[in-house]
Amino acid sequence: MSKFDFKHDIDIAWCPGCGNFPLRTAILKALEELNLDQTQVVFSSGIGQAAKMPQYIDASYFNGLHGRGLSVAQAIQSVNPKLVVIAEGGDGDMYGEGGNHFLHNVRRNPNLAHIVHNNMIYGLTKGQGSPTSPKGLKTTTQVSGVYNEPLNPVALALALGASFVGRAFTGDVEKTKEIIKAAIAHEGYAIVDIFHPCVTYNKVNTFAWYKNNSYWLNQEEHNAQDFGAAMNLALNQEKFALGILYQNKEKTPFHKAHPYYVNDSTPLVDRPKRDITKVNALLK
Amino acid sequence: MKESLSIVVSGEAGQGLATIEEFLVEALSMEYYVFTSKEVMSRVRGGNNTFELRVATSPIHSLRKTIDYLFLLNNNSFYRLPKRLLPTTVVFGEDAFVSVEEKEKYSLKYEILELTKLAKEAGSRMFANTILFGYIAGMLELNVKVAEHLITKRFIHRGEPIVADNISAFTKGYELGLAYEATLKLKKPASVPPFKVIDGNTALGIGLLGGGINYLSSYPMSPGTSVMMYLTNKADEFGVLVEQAEDEIAALNMALGASYAGARSMVTTSGGGFALMTEAVSLAGIIETPAVIHVAQRPGPATGLPTRTEQGDLNLVVYAGHGEFPRIILSPGKLEDGVLLAQKAFWLADKYQVPVFILSDQYWLESLGQMTSFELSEQYMESFTVISDKDYKRYQLTDDGISPRAIPGFGEGFVKVDSDEHDESGQITEDFDVRIAMQNKRMNKRELLLADYQDAELIGPKNYKKLLVGWGSTYGVLKEFIETTSLSDVAYLYVKQPFPLPTSLKSYFDQAQQVVVVENNYTGQFANILTLELGVNVTDRVNKYNGEPFFIEELNEQLGEVLK
Ligand SMILES: Cc1ncc(C[n+]2csc(CCOP(=O)(O)OP(=O)(O)O)c2C)c(N)n1
Ligand code: SF4
Ligand SMILES: [Mg+2]
Repeated sequence: MSKFDFKHDIDIAWCPGCGNFPLRTAILKALEELNLDQTQVVFSSGIGQAAKMPQYIDASYFNGLHGRGLSVAQAIQSVNPKLVVIAEGGDGDMYGEGGNHFLHNVRRNPNLAHIVHNNMIYGLTKGQGSPTSPKGLKTTTQVSGVYNEPLNPVALALALGASFVGRAFTGDVEKTKEIIKAAIAHEGYAIVDIFHPCVTYNKVNTFAWYKNNSYWLNQEEHNAQDFGAAMNLALNQEKFALGILYQNKEKTPFHKAHPYYVNDSTPLVDRPKRDITKVNALLK
Repeated sequence: MKESLSIVVSGEAGQGLATIEEFLVEALSMEYYVFTSKEVMSRVRGGNNTFELRVATSPIHSLRKTIDYLFLLNNNSFYRLPKRLLPTTVVFGEDAFVSVEEKEKYSLKYEILELTKLAKEAGSRMFANTILFGYIAGMLELNVKVAEHLITKRFIHRGEPIVADNISAFTKGYELGLAYEATLKLKKPASVPPFKVIDGNTALGIGLLGGGINYLSSYPMSPGTSVMMYLTNKADEFGVLVEQAEDEIAALNMALGASYAGARSMVTTSGGGFALMTEAVSLAGIIETPAVIHVAQRPGPATGLPTRTEQGDLNLVVYAGHGEFPRIILSPGKLEDGVLLAQKAFWLADKYQVPVFILSDQYWLESLGQMTSFELSEQYMESFTVISDKDYKRYQLTDDGISPRAIPGFGEGFVKVDSDEHDESGQITEDFDVRIAMQNKRMNKRELLLADYQDAELIGPKNYKKLLVGWGSTYGVLKEFIETTSLSDVAYLYVKQPFPLPTSLKSYFDQAQQVVVVENNYTGQFANILTLELGVNVTDRVNKYNGEPFFIEELNEQLGEVLK
């Protein structure tokens, strides 16, 4: 049992058999094993079934607007870099509605873990196509099948210069947990795209489909520092590679690169109150 | 209308008009009352830009439409201005800047002033602006020492020789100006109290610093960007984390994230950018996280007139955001109020956990005027946050509807905020009773926050029968109207907080037989709010919406009609 789990029963809004359950287990375990101080962890999420995750973890959270979880997380982290900040949401939330924030926060390289539940569908709104839905998938709004090319989030993150790129599948909770742990421990922006089946609305990308169409990298053999190798894995979508595709520990995180922190690493929230006499000097 | 000289300098973008303007207003402020404003085209080079320097013998904060002295800087700088000429107007420029036909058509009093030639004689074309500064200073017989001091201050970082060259260019211009037999003169007031020359942008910037701002996220959009630039320049000295967002949606969500985590945060934008923020305004409403939002108005719809002025977004900020939740809107008209309201904005946002708007406009932000020095008190730096204990509930139901606000990481508890309807702990809920309790709690603040209503100011006789009403940037021109009108039964109510309005404000209207609301927009948005919120019977509206602020002559004429 994780201290991040509730001590009382909670009413979880996911469908029985949904991949969000094992993912929750993986996150709870990761937090526990990293031995994090519960009061120093903050989740930031948007809206969607995935984005409800923080409701089911006993820590602080900012459950904001659809698509904006990453922006909020980045700001929280930048005013208090001591916090462990996790941005979480679904494929629609983070890649669709929040796409622009995804692009630009990779550039910022904030020290946070970005967990994206990728079920290749819009769950909460009852089964519309998402940015990652495969071609041909029949949905409630693409009734004859999806016709647009799906987004490749890991290749995109790599191309943008993300300092940590991982992919997991909830079919293996242990391995998923390890990647989440590595993402949290990474100093900088760390995205983990997590495959999980939506048992209610995605009848194509089922548990079996994910299992048959993915494989776990041998982390010993794969050199995660090798950008070219990572990109090759990311672009190869015949079978999806799972694991830590890429990690660059050299890239300066936002809270060390921003001019506010360059000469003084004291978190914004810990700095002394402004001296009003200095402001009054401006009025002279 | 107050006794004044209106001096307009007309040139193109990139000619350094702002520098001449700043020199002149600083120098003039020692010996005269002065106000200046620019109007520019939305382009970086070329076009036609002007500034008007209004020099007076008593305090002024408004513009004249008519011009006494017009200085042309190129052959494209006259065509927009004939409507503003008087028979007495004197035009200065190179002979070729205005055609013979036009000179005749408008019976121009034309004085040849060859700035480029003079500048070249002084060593470089670069000195043209300094010579013009000298010329105008000479015409008005301004104190040479003051001018030289200003020049030194401006150029010293470029070395002594540059200072010396500029001073000699200034002297050359000054002598010519002095020699000019001015037809229009203005007696110097016996003495002018010391003023700080300041524009709205700077006034707001100082007030924001005084309010404790330490985080700003914004996306550039004129005229809202200047506040961002001001704070960026002060960021190191005062400790402000400034981050340029990828769009306005991110900007306000980031500000809310920062505020949740303990910063005093804000965004600055204009109508179009603010439109993108509206969902996050609503978020601020339900999560009860403080936010200060500066909306610098310019004429819409859409891109409208990007560099011009209007008061067209009051409705937008009153109604922005889906659902129902309280908010506060402040709108400075006086420079002092720019400082004071900006400072108070954070305090109000923190105290009531609501979004607080500062609603300004291009004209107010970019005009330079004189402000009496004063000091800000530390009072508004007060933070209302608490340290959480183990059982902390972010949305604890309290008697007054304000739940103690804790910051994540400070204390033993968790801070859970939720854009879904939530229970006291911040957990999502669909329980109807909880919904009612939470909505009542939030809406209760609507009444509560009126305890800190920023009082309106009555200017003019107490026993008025006719009441003019304005908010924000119309302050200067309406005040001048009241100070100079021959009507003895007219007063002006300067509203600083256009929303929400307390019922006590109604008392101002009881004795008024005529209520005239003057606004820089088409429909009279505040007039409608007065009627809707307080049942005020607005008898007349005076509106202007061509992109310019009200000129005093215009207002005299329009009000003359209405107040008959
Ligand atoms: C601005 C806005 N637009 C649309 C919605 C409706 N909406 C809520 S969640 C969602 C998509 C959810 O899909 P995803 O992020 O993949 O999460 P999932 O439910 O699949 O976990 C949409 C469209 C919203 N809440 N807000
Ligand atoms: S709709 Fe799909 S993703 Fe959402 S809870 Fe049900 S199974 Fe899971
Ligand atoms: Mg999804």
